[in-house]
Amino acid sequence: MTETKASGRAFKFADNVDTDAIIAARYLNVSDFAALAAHCMEDIDDGFAKAVADGDYIIAGENFGCGSSREHAPAVIKACGVRAVIAKSFARIFYRNAINIGLAIVECAAAVDDAADGDAFEVNLTKGVVVNVTKRKTYSVPPYPEEIKRIIDRGGLLA
Amino acid sequence: MTLTQKILAAHCGKKSLTAGEMIMARVDLALGNDITCPPAIAAFESAGGTRVFDPDKVAIVLDHFAPNKDIASARQCATCRSFAEKQGIKSFFDVGQMGIEHALLPEKGLAKPNMLIIGADSHTCTYGALGAFATGVGSTDLAYAYKTGELWFRVPQAIKITLEGKLRTDVSGKDLILHIIGKIGVSGARYASLEFGGNVSALGMDDRFTVCNMAIEAGAKNGIFPVDDATDAYTAVSCGTAFERVYADADAEYERELTIDLDALEHTVAKPHLPENTETLSSLAKRKIKIDQVVIGSCTNGRLSDMEAAYKVLKGNKVAKGVRVIIIPATQEIYLKSIERGYIQAFIEAGAAVSTPTCGPCLGGHMGILSDGEVAVATTNRNFIGRMGAKSAEIYLASPHVAARAALLGHIG
Repeated sequence: MTETKASGRAFKFADNVDTDAIIAARYLNVSDFAALAAHCMEDIDDGFAKAVADGDYIIAGENFGCGSSREHAPAVIKACGVRAVIAKSFARIFYRNAINIGLAIVECAAAVDDAADGDAFEVNLTKGVVVNVTKRKTYSVPPYPEEIKRIIDRGGLLA
Repeated sequence: MTLTQKILAAHCGKKSLTAGEMIMARVDLALGNDITCPPAIAAFESAGGTRVFDPDKVAIVLDHFAPNKDIASARQCATCRSFAEKQGIKSFFDVGQMGIEHALLPEKGLAKPNMLIIGADSHTCTYGALGAFATGVGSTDLAYAYKTGELWFRVPQAIKITLEGKLRTDVSGKDLILHIIGKIGVSGARYASLEFGGNVSALGMDDRFTVCNMAIEAGAKNGIFPVDDATDAYTAVSCGTAFERVYADADAEYERELTIDLDALEHTVAKPHLPENTETLSSLAKRKIKIDQVVIGSCTNGRLSDMEAAYKVLKGNKVAKGVRVIIIPATQEIYLKSIERGYIQAFIEAGAAVSTPTCGPCLGGHMGILSDGEVAVATTNRNFIGRMGAKSAEIYLASPHVAARAALLGHIG
Protein backbone atom coordinates (compact mmCIF):
# COMPACT_ATOMS: atom_id res chain seq x y z
CA MET A 1 0.00 0.00 0.00
CA THR A 2 2.49 2.59 -1.15
CA GLU A 3 2.28 5.83 -3.01
CA THR A 4 0.31 5.50 -6.24
CA LYS A 5 0.33 7.94 -9.11
CA ALA A 6 -0.68 6.67 -12.54
CA SER A 7 -4.40 6.88 -13.17
CA GLY A 8 -6.70 3.87 -13.44
CA ARG A 9 -10.25 3.29 -14.49
CA ALA A 10 -13.08 3.41 -11.97
CA PHE A 11 -15.59 0.55 -11.74
CA LYS A 12 -18.58 1.89 -9.86
CA PHE A 13 -20.79 -0.21 -7.59
CA ALA A 14 -23.80 0.52 -5.37
CA ASP A 15 -24.29 0.28 -1.57
CA ASN A 16 -23.91 -2.97 0.40
CA VAL A 17 -21.68 -4.90 -1.99
CA ASP A 18 -21.42 -8.12 0.04
CA THR A 19 -18.58 -10.59 0.21
CA ASP A 20 -20.68 -13.25 -1.55
CA ALA A 21 -20.91 -10.83 -4.48
CA ILE A 22 -17.16 -10.11 -4.36
CA ILE A 23 -16.34 -13.82 -4.36
CA ALA A 24 -19.13 -16.38 -4.10
CA ALA A 25 -18.69 -19.10 -1.46
CA ARG A 26 -19.21 -21.78 -4.09
CA TYR A 27 -15.65 -21.08 -5.26
CA LEU A 28 -14.09 -21.22 -1.80
CA ASN A 29 -13.15 -24.89 -2.01
CA VAL A 30 -9.76 -23.46 -3.03
CA SER A 31 -7.68 -20.65 -1.47
CA ASP A 32 -5.69 -19.69 -4.58
CA PHE A 33 -6.53 -16.00 -4.79
CA ALA A 34 -5.07 -15.51 -8.27
CA ALA A 35 -7.27 -18.30 -9.61
CA LEU A 36 -10.31 -16.98 -7.75
CA ALA A 37 -9.83 -13.52 -9.29
CA ALA A 38 -11.59 -14.75 -12.47
CA HIS A 39 -14.84 -14.88 -10.43
CA CYS A 40 -14.56 -11.49 -8.71
CA MET A 41 -17.94 -9.67 -8.65
CA GLU A 42 -19.38 -12.42 -10.88
CA ASP A 43 -22.97 -12.40 -9.57
CA ILE A 44 -23.42 -8.62 -9.74
CA ASP A 45 -21.18 -7.74 -12.74
CA ASP A 46 -20.10 -10.73 -14.79
CA GLY A 47 -17.88 -8.60 -17.03
CA PHE A 48 -15.82 -7.10 -14.20
CA ALA A 49 -13.12 -9.75 -13.83
CA LYS A 50 -12.30 -9.64 -17.55
CA ALA A 51 -12.46 -5.86 -17.87
CA VAL A 52 -10.49 -4.84 -14.77
CA ALA A 53 -6.79 -4.14 -15.30
CA ASP A 54 -3.79 -3.53 -13.06
CA GLY A 55 -4.05 -0.14 -11.37
CA ASP A 56 -7.83 0.22 -11.70
CA TYR A 57 -10.16 1.31 -8.88
CA ILE A 58 -13.39 0.10 -7.34
CA ILE A 59 -15.74 2.91 -6.34
CA ALA A 60 -18.65 1.92 -4.12
CA GLY A 61 -21.34 3.22 -1.80
CA GLU A 62 -21.99 2.45 1.86
CA ASN A 63 -21.04 -0.72 3.74
CA PHE A 64 -18.72 -2.20 1.11
CA GLY A 65 -17.74 -5.79 1.93
CA CYS A 66 -20.62 -6.61 4.27
CA GLY A 67 -21.39 -10.20 5.18
CA SER A 68 -18.89 -12.99 5.53
CA SER A 69 -15.45 -12.67 7.15
CA ARG A 70 -13.80 -14.35 4.17
CA GLU A 71 -10.44 -12.71 3.60
CA HIS A 72 -10.71 -14.15 0.11
CA ALA A 73 -12.81 -11.03 -0.70
CA PRO A 74 -10.11 -8.33 -0.33
CA ALA A 75 -7.45 -10.83 -1.45
CA VAL A 76 -9.29 -11.49 -4.71
CA ILE A 77 -9.81 -7.76 -5.34
CA LYS A 78 -6.09 -7.28 -4.79
CA ALA A 79 -5.32 -10.22 -7.08
CA CYS A 80 -7.40 -8.52 -9.82
CA GLY A 81 -4.87 -5.69 -9.72
CA VAL A 82 -7.23 -3.17 -8.11
CA ARG A 83 -5.11 -0.38 -6.66
CA ALA A 84 -7.64 0.86 -4.13
CA VAL A 85 -11.28 0.58 -3.15
CA ILE A 86 -12.86 3.99 -2.59
CA ALA A 87 -16.20 3.74 -0.78
CA LYS A 88 -18.51 5.79 1.39
CA SER A 89 -18.00 3.26 4.17
CA PHE A 90 -16.72 -0.28 4.73
CA ALA A 91 -18.08 -3.22 6.71
CA ARG A 92 -15.77 -3.72 9.67
CA ILE A 93 -14.39 -7.21 8.98
CA PHE A 94 -13.68 -6.29 5.37
CA TYR A 95 -11.96 -3.13 6.59
CA ARG A 96 -9.59 -4.99 8.92
CA ASN A 97 -8.98 -7.76 6.38
CA ALA A 98 -8.01 -5.20 3.73
CA ILE A 99 -5.64 -3.44 6.15
CA ASN A 100 -4.19 -6.77 7.28
CA ILE A 101 -3.36 -7.93 3.75
CA GLY A 102 -2.31 -4.55 2.35
CA LEU A 103 -5.22 -3.68 0.05
CA ALA A 104 -5.65 0.10 -0.05
CA ILE A 105 -9.07 1.27 1.07
CA VAL A 106 -10.26 4.83 1.25
CA GLU A 107 -13.42 6.30 2.74
CA CYS A 108 -14.47 9.31 0.66
CA ALA A 109 -18.19 9.88 0.15
CA ALA A 110 -17.81 13.00 -2.00
CA ALA A 111 -15.55 11.24 -4.50
CA VAL A 112 -18.05 8.39 -4.72
CA ASP A 113 -20.99 10.73 -5.27
CA ASP A 114 -19.22 12.57 -8.11
CA ALA A 115 -17.77 9.50 -9.81
CA ALA A 116 -19.17 7.87 -12.92
CA ASP A 117 -18.30 4.39 -14.07
CA GLY A 118 -15.22 4.61 -16.27
CA ASP A 119 -13.82 7.84 -14.82
CA ALA A 120 -10.03 7.98 -14.50
CA PHE A 121 -8.82 8.12 -10.89
CA GLU A 122 -5.58 8.63 -9.02
CA VAL A 123 -4.99 7.99 -5.33
CA ASN A 124 -2.03 9.17 -3.28
CA LEU A 125 -2.36 7.85 0.24
CA THR A 126 0.85 9.45 1.45
CA LYS A 127 -0.52 12.86 0.59
CA GLY A 128 -4.07 11.82 1.52
CA VAL A 129 -5.64 12.76 -1.82
CA VAL A 130 -8.05 11.13 -4.23
CA VAL A 131 -8.22 12.64 -7.72
CA ASN A 132 -10.98 12.14 -10.26
CA VAL A 133 -8.89 12.95 -13.34
CA THR A 134 -11.88 12.86 -15.71
CA LYS A 135 -13.89 15.34 -13.63
CA ARG A 136 -10.78 17.30 -12.56
CA LYS A 137 -11.70 17.09 -8.90
CA THR A 138 -9.40 16.51 -5.96
CA TYR A 139 -10.55 15.25 -2.58
CA SER A 140 -8.57 15.11 0.62
CA VAL A 141 -9.00 12.07 2.84
CA PRO A 142 -8.23 11.93 6.57
CA PRO A 143 -5.19 9.89 7.61
CA TYR A 144 -5.60 6.41 9.08
CA PRO A 145 -5.35 6.07 12.87
CA GLU A 146 -1.68 5.72 13.92
CA GLU A 147 -1.96 2.02 14.88
CA ILE A 148 -3.52 1.14 11.52
CA LYS A 149 -0.96 3.24 9.68
CA ARG A 150 1.80 1.17 11.29
CA ILE A 151 0.23 -2.04 9.91
CA ILE A 152 -0.08 -0.45 6.48
CA ASP A 153 3.47 0.88 6.55
CA ARG A 154 4.92 -2.54 7.18
CA GLY A 155 2.82 -4.02 4.37
CA GLY A 156 0.26 -5.95 6.40
CA LEU A 157 -0.34 -7.44 9.83
CA LEU A 158 2.10 -10.33 9.45
CA ALA A 159 4.54 -8.66 7.08
CA MET B 1 -18.06 1.25 30.30
CA THR B 2 -20.38 -0.98 28.33
CA LEU B 3 -20.31 -4.73 28.97
CA THR B 4 -18.21 -5.19 25.82
CA GLN B 5 -15.74 -2.52 26.91
CA LYS B 6 -15.40 -4.13 30.35
CA ILE B 7 -14.52 -7.51 28.83
CA LEU B 8 -12.05 -5.89 26.43
CA ALA B 9 -10.46 -3.91 29.29
CA ALA B 10 -9.99 -7.12 31.29
CA HIS B 11 -8.15 -8.59 28.28
CA CYS B 12 -5.70 -5.77 27.73
CA GLY B 13 -4.83 -4.99 31.34
CA LYS B 14 -6.55 -1.60 31.41
CA LYS B 15 -8.88 -0.23 34.04
CA SER B 16 -11.01 1.66 31.59
CA LEU B 17 -11.48 2.03 27.86
CA THR B 18 -13.34 4.44 25.67
CA ALA B 19 -14.92 3.91 22.26
CA GLY B 20 -12.52 4.46 19.38
CA GLU B 21 -9.39 3.50 21.32
CA MET B 22 -7.09 0.96 19.66
CA ILE B 23 -5.97 -1.93 21.85
CA MET B 24 -3.96 -5.13 21.64
CA ALA B 25 -5.93 -7.73 23.60
CA ARG B 26 -5.40 -11.28 24.82
CA VAL B 27 -7.40 -13.95 22.97
CA ASP B 28 -9.03 -16.79 24.98
CA LEU B 29 -10.23 -18.82 22.01
CA ALA B 30 -9.35 -18.65 18.30
CA LEU B 31 -11.67 -20.48 15.92
CA GLY B 32 -11.25 -21.44 12.29
CA ASN B 33 -13.10 -23.65 9.81
CA ASP B 34 -12.34 -25.57 6.62
CA ILE B 35 -12.64 -22.44 4.45
CA THR B 36 -10.87 -19.86 6.59
CA CYS B 37 -8.24 -22.04 8.27
CA PRO B 38 -6.17 -23.02 5.22
CA PRO B 39 -5.27 -19.38 4.39
CA ALA B 40 -4.59 -18.76 8.11
CA ILE B 41 -2.28 -21.77 8.27
CA ALA B 42 -0.46 -20.55 5.14
CA ALA B 43 -0.10 -17.02 6.60
CA PHE B 44 1.03 -18.40 9.99
CA GLU B 45 3.69 -20.60 8.41
CA SER B 46 4.92 -18.02 5.92
CA ALA B 47 5.32 -15.56 8.80
CA GLY B 48 7.66 -18.06 10.46
CA GLY B 49 5.08 -19.55 12.84
CA THR B 50 5.98 -22.99 14.15
CA ARG B 51 3.89 -23.53 17.30
CA VAL B 52 0.51 -21.93 17.99
CA PHE B 53 0.47 -19.76 21.13
CA ASP B 54 -1.61 -22.30 23.09
CA PRO B 55 -3.12 -25.37 21.40
CA ASP B 56 -5.83 -25.50 24.09
CA LYS B 57 -7.07 -22.07 23.01
CA VAL B 58 -7.43 -23.00 19.36
CA ALA B 59 -10.50 -24.68 17.87
CA ILE B 60 -10.88 -25.95 14.32
CA VAL B 61 -14.23 -27.17 13.02
CA LEU B 62 -14.68 -28.75 9.59
CA ASP B 63 -18.26 -27.74 8.86
CA HIS B 64 -18.63 -25.57 5.77
CA PHE B 65 -17.94 -27.96 2.91
CA ALA B 66 -17.77 -31.06 5.10
CA PRO B 67 -18.44 -33.95 4.80
CA ASN B 68 -16.13 -33.16 1.88
CA LYS B 69 -18.25 -32.05 -1.06
CA ASP B 70 -15.54 -32.45 -3.70
CA ILE B 71 -11.82 -33.11 -4.11
CA ALA B 72 -10.81 -29.48 -3.58
CA SER B 73 -12.82 -29.30 -0.33
CA ALA B 74 -11.31 -32.60 0.77
CA ARG B 75 -7.85 -31.08 0.33
CA GLN B 76 -8.77 -28.04 2.47
CA CYS B 77 -10.09 -30.33 5.21
CA ALA B 78 -6.92 -32.43 4.96
CA THR B 79 -4.79 -29.29 5.41
CA CYS B 80 -6.72 -28.43 8.61
CA ARG B 81 -6.54 -32.01 9.85
CA SER B 82 -2.77 -32.29 9.55
CA PHE B 83 -2.25 -28.83 11.10
CA ALA B 84 -4.43 -29.79 14.09
CA GLU B 85 -2.49 -33.00 14.54
CA LYS B 86 0.89 -31.33 14.21
CA GLN B 87 -0.07 -28.58 16.67
CA GLY B 88 -1.73 -30.89 19.20
CA ILE B 89 -5.05 -29.06 18.94
CA LYS B 90 -7.57 -31.06 20.98
CA SER B 91 -10.58 -29.00 20.00
CA PHE B 92 -10.49 -30.26 16.43
CA PHE B 93 -13.86 -31.49 15.20
CA ASP B 94 -14.04 -33.73 12.17
CA VAL B 95 -16.90 -35.64 10.55
CA GLY B 96 -18.63 -37.75 13.20
CA GLN B 97 -17.92 -35.27 15.99
CA MET B 98 -18.29 -31.99 14.19
CA GLY B 99 -21.31 -29.77 14.18
CA ILE B 100 -21.86 -26.27 12.87
CA GLU B 101 -19.16 -24.34 14.73
CA HIS B 102 -21.35 -21.75 16.43
CA ALA B 103 -23.74 -24.37 17.79
CA LEU B 104 -20.90 -26.72 18.68
CA LEU B 105 -18.48 -24.54 20.68
CA PRO B 106 -21.06 -23.44 23.29
CA GLU B 107 -22.41 -26.99 23.54
CA LYS B 108 -18.90 -28.36 24.16
CA GLY B 109 -18.25 -25.76 26.87
CA LEU B 110 -15.50 -24.08 24.83
CA ALA B 111 -17.31 -20.75 24.52
CA LYS B 112 -17.94 -19.29 27.98
CA PRO B 113 -19.04 -16.06 29.65
CA ASN B 114 -16.52 -13.17 29.88
CA MET B 115 -14.16 -14.71 27.31
CA LEU B 116 -12.61 -12.87 24.38
CA ILE B 117 -13.28 -15.10 21.37
CA ILE B 118 -12.21 -14.49 17.82
CA GLY B 119 -13.21 -16.63 14.89
CA ALA B 120 -12.41 -16.53 11.21
CA ASP B 121 -16.12 -16.66 10.51
CA SER B 122 -18.41 -13.67 10.66
CA HIS B 123 -21.01 -15.47 12.79
CA THR B 124 -18.53 -15.87 15.66
CA CYS B 125 -20.58 -13.09 17.27
CA THR B 126 -23.04 -15.87 18.26
CA TYR B 127 -21.19 -16.46 21.57
CA GLY B 128 -22.25 -13.06 22.85
CA ALA B 129 -25.38 -14.91 23.93
CA LEU B 130 -23.26 -16.35 26.75
CA GLY B 131 -21.94 -12.96 27.84
CA ALA B 132 -18.65 -13.31 25.96
CA PHE B 133 -17.04 -10.76 23.66
CA ALA B 134 -16.95 -12.66 20.39
CA THR B 135 -16.27 -11.28 16.95
CA GLY B 136 -15.55 -12.40 13.41
CA VAL B 137 -12.14 -11.71 11.91
CA GLY B 138 -10.17 -12.69 8.81
CA SER B 139 -7.62 -15.43 8.21
CA THR B 140 -4.60 -13.12 8.68
CA ASP B 141 -6.05 -12.04 12.04
CA LEU B 142 -6.40 -15.70 12.96
CA ALA B 143 -2.82 -16.38 11.91
CA TYR B 144 -1.62 -13.43 14.02
CA ALA B 145 -3.53 -14.79 17.03
CA TYR B 146 -2.07 -18.27 16.41
CA LYS B 147 1.37 -16.71 16.56
CA THR B 148 0.99 -14.23 19.42
CA GLY B 149 -2.18 -15.04 21.38
CA GLU B 150 -3.26 -11.43 20.87
CA LEU B 151 -5.10 -9.28 18.35
CA TRP B 152 -5.77 -5.60 17.65
CA PHE B 153 -9.21 -4.13 18.19
CA ARG B 154 -10.84 -0.78 17.93
CA VAL B 155 -12.94 -0.41 21.09
CA PRO B 156 -16.52 -0.25 19.85
CA GLN B 157 -19.26 2.18 20.74
CA ALA B 158 -22.58 0.53 21.52
CA ILE B 159 -26.25 0.47 20.75
CA LYS B 160 -28.41 -0.52 23.72
CA ILE B 161 -31.46 -2.63 23.01
CA THR B 162 -33.88 -2.91 25.90
CA LEU B 163 -36.36 -5.76 25.74
CA GLU B 164 -39.77 -5.36 27.34
CA GLY B 165 -42.57 -7.88 27.80
CA LYS B 166 -42.69 -11.45 26.53
CA LEU B 167 -42.66 -13.15 23.13
CA ARG B 168 -45.99 -14.38 21.82
CA THR B 169 -46.44 -18.11 21.24
CA ASP B 170 -44.32 -19.32 18.29
CA VAL B 171 -42.65 -15.91 17.87
CA SER B 172 -38.92 -16.38 18.33
CA GLY B 173 -35.50 -14.81 18.60
CA LYS B 174 -35.29 -14.97 14.79
CA ASP B 175 -38.30 -12.70 14.47
CA LEU B 176 -36.72 -10.35 17.00
CA ILE B 177 -33.37 -10.02 15.25
CA LEU B 178 -34.97 -9.69 11.79
CA HIS B 179 -37.19 -6.97 13.23
CA ILE B 180 -34.15 -5.16 14.67
CA ILE B 181 -32.19 -5.42 11.39
CA GLY B 182 -35.26 -4.18 9.51
CA LYS B 183 -35.37 -1.21 11.86
CA ILE B 184 -31.70 -0.18 11.92
CA GLY B 185 -30.52 -1.56 8.55
CA VAL B 186 -27.62 -3.76 7.46
CA SER B 187 -25.12 -1.08 8.41
CA GLY B 188 -27.09 0.34 11.34
CA ALA B 189 -24.67 -1.06 13.91
CA ARG B 190 -21.48 -0.84 11.84
CA TYR B 191 -18.39 -1.03 14.11
CA ALA B 192 -20.67 -1.03 17.18
CA SER B 193 -21.74 -3.52 19.84
CA LEU B 194 -25.38 -4.48 20.14
CA GLU B 195 -25.88 -4.72 23.90
CA PHE B 196 -29.11 -6.35 25.04
CA GLY B 197 -30.77 -5.58 28.34
CA GLY B 198 -34.15 -5.24 30.03
CA ASN B 199 -36.25 -8.38 30.23
CA VAL B 200 -33.67 -10.69 28.68
CA SER B 201 -35.21 -13.58 30.62
CA ALA B 202 -37.99 -13.50 28.00
CA LEU B 203 -35.52 -15.19 25.67
CA GLY B 204 -34.20 -18.72 26.16
CA MET B 205 -30.57 -19.45 25.35
CA ASP B 206 -31.30 -20.76 21.84
CA ASP B 207 -33.13 -17.53 21.01
CA ARG B 208 -30.22 -15.49 22.39
CA PHE B 209 -27.78 -17.45 20.19
CA THR B 210 -29.96 -16.66 17.15
CA VAL B 211 -30.15 -12.97 18.05
CA CYS B 212 -26.39 -12.57 18.61
CA ASN B 213 -25.62 -14.72 15.55
CA MET B 214 -27.24 -12.16 13.26
CA ALA B 215 -25.74 -9.07 14.95
CA ILE B 216 -23.24 -9.09 12.07
CA GLU B 217 -26.16 -8.71 9.66
CA ALA B 218 -26.68 -5.24 11.13
CA GLY B 219 -22.94 -4.63 10.66
CA ALA B 220 -22.21 -5.02 14.38
CA LYS B 221 -18.84 -5.98 15.78
CA ASN B 222 -20.57 -8.11 18.39
CA GLY B 223 -23.88 -8.73 20.11
CA ILE B 224 -23.98 -9.43 23.83
CA PHE B 225 -26.39 -10.48 26.57
CA PRO B 226 -25.62 -10.18 30.28
CA VAL B 227 -25.23 -13.45 32.19
CA ASP B 228 -28.39 -14.45 34.08
CA ASP B 229 -30.02 -17.59 35.50
CA ALA B 230 -30.62 -19.02 32.03
CA THR B 231 -26.90 -18.61 31.21
CA ASP B 232 -25.98 -20.28 34.51
CA ALA B 233 -28.29 -23.20 33.74
CA TYR B 234 -26.70 -23.54 30.29
CA THR B 235 -23.09 -23.41 31.49
CA ALA B 236 -23.93 -25.77 34.37
CA VAL B 237 -24.42 -28.40 31.66
CA SER B 238 -21.75 -27.27 29.17
CA CYS B 239 -18.99 -26.36 31.66
CA GLY B 240 -20.18 -27.81 34.96
CA THR B 241 -20.15 -24.37 36.58
CA ALA B 242 -21.56 -20.86 36.64
CA PHE B 243 -19.50 -17.74 35.90
CA GLU B 244 -19.02 -14.28 37.33
CA ARG B 245 -21.75 -11.87 36.30
CA VAL B 246 -20.40 -8.72 34.67
CA TYR B 247 -22.71 -5.85 33.84
CA ALA B 248 -22.42 -2.59 31.96
CA ASP B 249 -21.85 0.42 34.23
CA ALA B 250 -24.94 2.47 35.03
CA ASP B 251 -23.30 5.45 33.33
CA ALA B 252 -22.15 3.55 30.23
CA GLU B 253 -22.43 5.58 27.05
CA TYR B 254 -24.54 4.40 24.14
CA GLU B 255 -24.67 6.03 20.73
CA ARG B 256 -28.26 4.94 20.34
CA GLU B 257 -30.93 3.22 22.45
CA LEU B 258 -33.86 1.16 21.24
CA THR B 259 -36.70 -0.41 23.17
CA ILE B 260 -38.46 -3.44 21.76
CA ASP B 261 -41.95 -4.43 22.92
CA LEU B 262 -41.79 -8.20 22.64
CA ASP B 263 -45.56 -8.55 23.14
CA ALA B 264 -46.11 -6.62 19.92
CA LEU B 265 -43.49 -8.52 17.92
CA GLU B 266 -44.87 -10.47 14.96
CA HIS B 267 -43.46 -13.21 12.77
CA THR B 268 -40.98 -11.38 10.54
CA VAL B 269 -39.47 -12.35 7.20
CA ALA B 270 -36.52 -10.80 5.32
CA LYS B 271 -37.15 -10.64 1.59
CA PRO B 272 -34.52 -10.81 -1.17
CA HIS B 273 -31.75 -9.60 -1.32
CA LEU B 274 -30.86 -8.03 2.05
CA PRO B 275 -31.61 -9.03 5.65
CA GLU B 276 -32.92 -5.49 6.30
CA ASN B 277 -35.67 -5.94 3.71
CA THR B 278 -38.18 -7.15 6.27
CA GLU B 279 -41.94 -7.49 6.31
CA THR B 280 -44.29 -9.07 8.83
CA LEU B 281 -45.60 -12.49 7.89
CA SER B 282 -49.19 -11.29 8.25
CA SER B 283 -48.56 -8.74 5.52
CA LEU B 284 -46.35 -10.89 3.29
CA ALA B 285 -48.69 -13.91 3.46
CA LYS B 286 -51.30 -12.05 1.41
CA ARG B 287 -49.10 -12.39 -1.65
CA LYS B 288 -48.94 -16.21 -1.34
CA ILE B 289 -45.37 -16.34 -2.66
CA LYS B 290 -44.81 -19.80 -4.13
CA ILE B 291 -41.69 -21.60 -2.96
CA ASP B 292 -39.47 -24.41 -4.26
CA GLN B 293 -37.33 -25.19 -1.23
CA VAL B 294 -37.22 -24.88 2.54
CA VAL B 295 -34.02 -25.14 4.58
CA ILE B 296 -34.24 -25.45 8.36
CA GLY B 297 -30.84 -25.42 10.04
CA SER B 298 -27.57 -23.39 10.08
CA CYS B 299 -25.61 -21.65 12.85
CA THR B 300 -28.59 -19.32 13.13
CA ASN B 301 -31.41 -21.83 13.61
CA GLY B 302 -30.20 -25.42 13.80
CA ARG B 303 -30.53 -25.87 17.57
CA LEU B 304 -32.82 -28.19 19.50
CA SER B 305 -35.56 -25.62 20.08
CA ASP B 306 -35.47 -24.87 16.34
CA MET B 307 -35.96 -28.57 15.60
CA GLU B 308 -38.79 -28.58 18.13
CA ALA B 309 -40.46 -25.57 16.47
CA ALA B 310 -40.30 -27.31 13.08
CA TYR B 311 -41.58 -30.56 14.61
CA LYS B 312 -44.62 -28.86 16.12
CA VAL B 313 -45.67 -27.67 12.67
CA LEU B 314 -44.66 -30.69 10.58
CA LYS B 315 -45.70 -33.65 12.77
CA GLY B 316 -48.54 -35.64 11.22
CA ASN B 317 -48.59 -33.41 8.14
CA LYS B 318 -47.20 -33.70 4.62
CA VAL B 319 -44.86 -31.30 2.85
CA ALA B 320 -46.60 -29.56 -0.10
CA LYS B 321 -46.12 -31.18 -3.49
CA GLY B 322 -43.22 -29.66 -5.38
CA VAL B 323 -41.44 -28.31 -2.28
CA ARG B 324 -38.07 -29.75 -1.27
CA VAL B 325 -37.56 -29.56 2.48
CA ILE B 326 -34.08 -30.00 3.96
CA ILE B 327 -33.61 -30.11 7.73
CA ILE B 328 -30.13 -30.01 9.23
CA PRO B 329 -29.65 -30.38 12.99
CA ALA B 330 -26.58 -28.29 13.79
CA THR B 331 -24.63 -30.79 15.93
CA GLN B 332 -24.47 -34.53 16.55
CA GLU B 333 -25.97 -34.00 20.01
CA ILE B 334 -28.89 -32.01 18.61
CA TYR B 335 -29.32 -34.69 15.94
CA LEU B 336 -29.38 -37.48 18.56
CA LYS B 337 -31.82 -35.63 20.82
CA SER B 338 -34.02 -34.95 17.80
CA ILE B 339 -34.08 -38.70 17.13
CA GLU B 340 -34.85 -39.51 20.79
CA ARG B 341 -37.71 -37.02 20.83
CA GLY B 342 -39.22 -38.36 17.61
CA TYR B 343 -38.57 -35.16 15.62
CA ILE B 344 -36.53 -36.87 12.91
CA GLN B 345 -39.13 -39.57 12.30
CA ALA B 346 -41.81 -36.91 12.01
CA PHE B 347 -39.67 -34.92 9.55
CA ILE B 348 -39.07 -37.95 7.34
CA GLU B 349 -42.72 -39.00 7.49
CA ALA B 350 -43.71 -35.47 6.50
CA GLY B 351 -41.53 -35.78 3.40
CA ALA B 352 -38.46 -33.80 4.49
CA ALA B 353 -34.82 -34.77 3.92
CA VAL B 354 -32.65 -34.79 7.04
CA SER B 355 -28.88 -34.29 6.86
CA THR B 356 -25.82 -34.74 9.03
CA PRO B 357 -24.57 -31.38 10.40
CA THR B 358 -23.08 -29.04 7.78
CA CYS B 359 -23.25 -25.37 6.80
CA GLY B 360 -23.90 -26.75 3.29
CA PRO B 361 -26.77 -24.92 1.60
CA CYS B 362 -26.63 -21.71 3.68
CA LEU B 363 -23.65 -20.44 1.70
CA GLY B 364 -24.42 -22.25 -1.54
CA GLY B 365 -21.86 -24.94 -0.82
CA HIS B 366 -23.75 -28.20 -1.18
CA MET B 367 -26.84 -30.09 0.09
CA GLY B 368 -29.51 -28.00 -1.56
CA ILE B 369 -28.29 -25.49 -4.14
CA LEU B 370 -30.96 -23.38 -5.85
CA SER B 371 -31.53 -23.35 -9.62
CA ASP B 372 -32.40 -20.33 -11.78
CA GLY B 373 -35.36 -18.36 -10.53
CA GLU B 374 -36.10 -20.72 -7.64
CA VAL B 375 -37.51 -19.42 -4.38
CA ALA B 376 -36.44 -20.63 -0.96
CA VAL B 377 -37.48 -19.99 2.61
CA ALA B 378 -34.46 -20.54 4.82
CA THR B 379 -33.81 -20.21 8.53
CA THR B 380 -30.28 -19.10 7.63
CA ASN B 381 -28.77 -15.63 7.94
CA ARG B 382 -28.13 -14.10 4.51
CA ASN B 383 -30.29 -13.66 1.44
CA PHE B 384 -27.71 -11.96 -0.78
CA ILE B 385 -27.75 -12.49 -4.55
CA GLY B 386 -26.29 -15.90 -5.35
CA ARG B 387 -25.88 -16.86 -1.67
CA MET B 388 -27.60 -20.26 -1.98
CA GLY B 389 -27.00 -20.96 -5.65
CA ALA B 390 -28.09 -19.36 -8.93
CA LYS B 391 -27.94 -15.57 -8.91
CA SER B 392 -31.55 -15.34 -10.08
CA ALA B 393 -32.75 -17.44 -7.11
CA GLU B 394 -34.59 -15.69 -4.29
CA ILE B 395 -34.15 -16.31 -0.56
CA TYR B 396 -36.59 -15.39 2.19
CA LEU B 397 -35.16 -15.56 5.72
CA ALA B 398 -37.51 -16.70 8.46
CA SER B 399 -37.81 -18.60 11.73
CA PRO B 400 -38.12 -22.41 11.81
CA HIS B 401 -41.84 -22.04 12.63
CA VAL B 402 -42.50 -19.83 9.61
CA ALA B 403 -40.29 -21.97 7.34
CA ALA B 404 -42.10 -25.16 8.39
CA ARG B 405 -45.46 -23.53 7.73
CA ALA B 406 -44.29 -22.59 4.24
CA ALA B 407 -43.16 -26.19 3.72
CA LEU B 408 -46.72 -27.42 4.27
CA LEU B 409 -48.45 -24.63 2.35
CA GLY B 410 -46.11 -24.51 -0.64
CA HIS B 411 -46.08 -20.73 -0.26
CA ILE B 412 -45.16 -18.19 2.40
CA GLY B 413 -48.07 -17.95 4.81
